[in-house]
Amino acid sequence: MASDWSDPRPMSPHLQVWRWHATMASSILHRATGIANYFGAVAISVWLILLAFGAEGSVAFLFEGGMAWVTRFALIGLTYSVSYHWLNGLRHLMWDFGKGYDPKGSNLRSVLIIIGAVIPTVALWLNLGV
Amino acid sequence: MTDYRTPAAKVRGLGASGHASKHWIAHRVTAIALFFLAPVFVWMLAMSGAPDPAATRAFIASPAGAIVTLLTLTAGLAHMRSGMLEVIEDYIHKPFTKTVLVLANSFLAIGLWLVTAFALLKLAL
Repeated sequence: MASDWSDPRPMSPHLQVWRWHATMASSILHRATGIANYFGAVAISVWLILLAFGAEGSVAFLFEGGMAWVTRFALIGLTYSVSYHWLNGLRHLMWDFGKGYDPKGSNLRSVLIIIGAVIPTVALWLNLGV
Repeated sequence: MTDYRTPAAKVRGLGASGHASKHWIAHRVTAIALFFLAPVFVWMLAMSGAPDPAATRAFIASPAGAIVTLLTLTAGLAHMRSGMLEVIEDYIHKPFTKTVLVLANSFLAIGLWLVTAFALLKLAL
């Protein structure tokens, strides 16, 4: 944690002194969506376990009445999160090959990915009739 | 004095977790697997009629549904385990807290993988 920091030398600039820019937002979003996907995968796994043991009744309230909308909203969010992480993950793999480091292109791709992840999300949920 | 150690020998065992490049490579391998698996799984599950219990059971009971789910689960839990490990190592520096979180992350990912794989096989077979 930062409170343990005892090194008197200046720290490299951090969140509070950076002007927000696209590549920074997309980097932070990659972490955030990764963590969201983590909990989404845990939720889906637990739900499959409940199904296998005939205990899905214990979470049936998630799909009833007003809660159904909360759950649906969370799942739409998870779809965006997975879509974003998939697209930006592909970009990470390109970086591993040494491609895509130009600042201008990088900024453009950040914006394209943040917006582009909406497309699979909308396509999937329109198909589900929402 | 001449250094006879190879570049690989110099980095072996380094890194925040002491595993050097192994973690880095494993994260990429599971990422490549998920590049193919995740879209297929998400689409198949979404179109299966889930969350209706009967429809989801039928999806898992079908060979394609069972195999795609099991593959995605395996790659996904491995990837999220190594991803969360990286997050923990980046932000948590107190050795005890870090160790507890690293262990909790491993136990959750491995335990959940085993129990979910068992549940999938129970539904599929």
